Amino acid sequence: MAAASSTARAKAAPRKSSASAPKIPAFTKDEELAAYREMLLIRRFEEKAGQMYGMGLIGGFCHLYIGQEAIAVGMRMAAKEGDQTISSYRDHGHMLACGMDPKAVMAELTGRRGGASKGKGGSMHMFSRAKGFFGGHGIVGAQVPLGTGLAFADRYLGNDNVSFTYFGDGAANQGQVYESFNMAELWKLPVIYVVENNLYAMGTSVARSSALTDFSKRGQSFNIPGEQVDGMDVRAVKAAGDRAAQWCRAGNGPIILEMQTYRYRGHSMSDPAKYRPKEEVQKMREEHDPIEQVRARLIAGKQASEEELKEIDAEIRKVVAEAADFASHDQEPDPAELWTDVLL
Amino acid sequence: MATNVLMPALSPTMEQGKLAKWLKKEGDAVRSGDILAEIETDKATMEVEAIDEGTLAKILVPEGSDNVAVNTPIAVIAADGEDASRLNVASDATQAAKGKDAAQKGAPPPPAVATAASVPATVHAAPPPEAPEVPEGAVMETMTVREALRDAMAEEMRRDENVFVLGEEVAEYQGAYKVTQGLLQEFGAKRVVDTPITEHGFAGLGVGAAMAGLRPIVEFMTFNFAMQAMDQIINSAAKTHYMSGGQMSCPIVFRGPNGAAARVAAQHSQDYAAWFSHVPGLKVVAPYTAADAKGLLKSAIRDPNPVIFLENEILYGHTFEVPKLDDFLVPIGKARIARKGEHVTIVSFGIGMTYALQAAAELEKEGLDAEVVDLRTIRPMDSATIIESVKKTGRCVTVEEGWPQSGVGAEIVARLMEEAFDYLDAPVMRVAGRDAPMPYAANLEKLALPSVAEVVAAAKAVCYR
Repeated sequence: MAAASSTARAKAAPRKSSASAPKIPAFTKDEELAAYREMLLIRRFEEKAGQMYGMGLIGGFCHLYIGQEAIAVGMRMAAKEGDQTISSYRDHGHMLACGMDPKAVMAELTGRRGGASKGKGGSMHMFSRAKGFFGGHGIVGAQVPLGTGLAFADRYLGNDNVSFTYFGDGAANQGQVYESFNMAELWKLPVIYVVENNLYAMGTSVARSSALTDFSKRGQSFNIPGEQVDGMDVRAVKAAGDRAAQWCRAGNGPIILEMQTYRYRGHSMSDPAKYRPKEEVQKMREEHDPIEQVRARLIAGKQASEEELKEIDAEIRKVVAEAADFASHDQEPDPAELWTDVLL
Repeated sequence: MATNVLMPALSPTMEQGKLAKWLKKEGDAVRSGDILAEIETDKATMEVEAIDEGTLAKILVPEGSDNVAVNTPIAVIAADGEDASRLNVASDATQAAKGKDAAQKGAPPPPAVATAASVPATVHAAPPPEAPEVPEGAVMETMTVREALRDAMAEEMRRDENVFVLGEEVAEYQGAYKVTQGLLQEFGAKRVVDTPITEHGFAGLGVGAAMAGLRPIVEFMTFNFAMQAMDQIINSAAKTHYMSGGQMSCPIVFRGPNGAAARVAAQHSQDYAAWFSHVPGLKVVAPYTAADAKGLLKSAIRDPNPVIFLENEILYGHTFEVPKLDDFLVPIGKARIARKGEHVTIVSFGIGMTYALQAAAELEKEGLDAEVVDLRTIRPMDSATIIESVKKTGRCVTVEEGWPQSGVGAEIVARLMEEAFDYLDAPVMRVAGRDAPMPYAANLEKLALPSVAEVVAAAKAVCYR
């Protein structure tokens, strides 16, 4: 099945896929800096969200994206204007990568009127038609048929947009995912199924929940090609995203990208993540951190100095601080908002 | 600037915890993401991560401390270049005060807002007189409900390129119940799409396509199979407009036969009117006549909201007069007085109307003049029309094939109690399907469904006759 299927299938030792994966094209200095900035924004934003949750400013469920930043950012670098993004409830990183205003996202987390959904959606339910972000969905796997529907609309309307449909290794076991795979391949819909495999479906490891742990092969019975990607390396993500988007835009139908990644925090704020050894977390952070990788390359290649990176850090901190400040002081929604937007 | 590290909450309900262990000591360099300490509650252990960089200047709460209140400052981090030893912990007055305040009162209170309104501003005023739906002198033609539905879809597909039909057997097979007959021939396979037998998947796909701007008509071969798709209908279609603060819309119609057909037993004989009508964010339509089927389906397809359009297999073959007009629309949310009367109001919808109208004819022979209200739309329910009728008659009977508990009749009874109690001269009675799964045997099936005789008896009972 042409280019996409012949790449990858990086075997075994998924964390060392760089050995068997295709050569990763280098980023230009601008790309490195853009990726660094975007990933750092997500990291700092999520850290702040975690802190504000601890202070009681954010309620309910709050699923942080820390550790997985390279996926949202790298895939976004492979997208073009008009492409659609849809994801699960671990969605803050995708919103920021899509260009949604950090203030509006943070104010939605605190349930204020300036939030992206006027305070009525919360962490798991934010959308931006302007940025092509279709949510933010709280039911595990439900976004997969929806993302397939976005691709159906693209094909129906005859444009060359692609639907970037994200879901986790847990959702990958949902029946509706395979109903979607079937229709997407049957009708050659332009959808990239991005499996963010962070190894744990809540507290259940992939090995304990999945009969076939190579998620890139989950489309095989529908003839959908797939590849495994080092989801901690933003360059590898973008390169795979470029190949996949090209595959879809050429009318070849859907494709699956298994992003091998890791979340540093628990499933949600109330999860202490006792089901995995500390050493595992520490090893991922020390050896595979997506942001540190870019930072190290920038410094080693003398593309940026420590001072320049510190300046970026300071800028990002300022953006996040402003978002947190706005989200802490904005008013709660007007009581009348309870009754609006039920029907159009 | 130095920053305080606060005791975090593990959950919205946590008020205090134990500071179990410090993993950094005073003077250590700290980077964002470093684990500073472990805290414990009776339920869980959690790590406190640094989100600021610098030096751990001072530990304010030693390890092993129990009952540390959430938001208490537990350490101070000095920024790079700050002299940790000279830091006055209280110097960061704002931060410290914030922490203290929060520790005492829980989270910083959000800016105050007025008390939430407890009920929506619904007013059931008397319906204003309006122009008849069918203009005077319109030419009528006779057709079946099946044909009326097909014509409605065809007209809307001619009118709007983004309208398409999706479902099992809708194209090549011409519809399992032949409702989509001829659509494939006129509109082609792009717009009349046969799906695999995967209700959950294709319902969700339809919702996604609607969010992207198309106007899908999703046919369920019967609504019994929509159970597989319930999550996408309720959680994705009905709630997204609200959850997005009005940004996203979902103009989709889910249609197909609903309720009992004949001798198909429990799994294929359920009336879902009450189920769907429970859900804010959906509109629920259940026509009886061919004219209403046509006019309401056209309105449903144009509606910017998700609409559940409940048809009935037995009614598909019933024949009615339909106005021959270029663009005949019936508004959603408006009941119809199917028969004018003085003595008792009978409210029904869909196939329930067959019992209601026959009962009214029987009652007439006995000198009781029944007014029959055809709801047509279950949600939003046209309470005003029902109440206006009850103001006149003082008595009411509801009729439906669905189960009695939490049924459409139960809802009507509740509304009449709340909004028209003073006009009632007798308790409202419900005629509904039996509170049991639908049996297969012919005699039992007959017993499980409402009958004309029951409606007559109920009407007489509320008239004390």
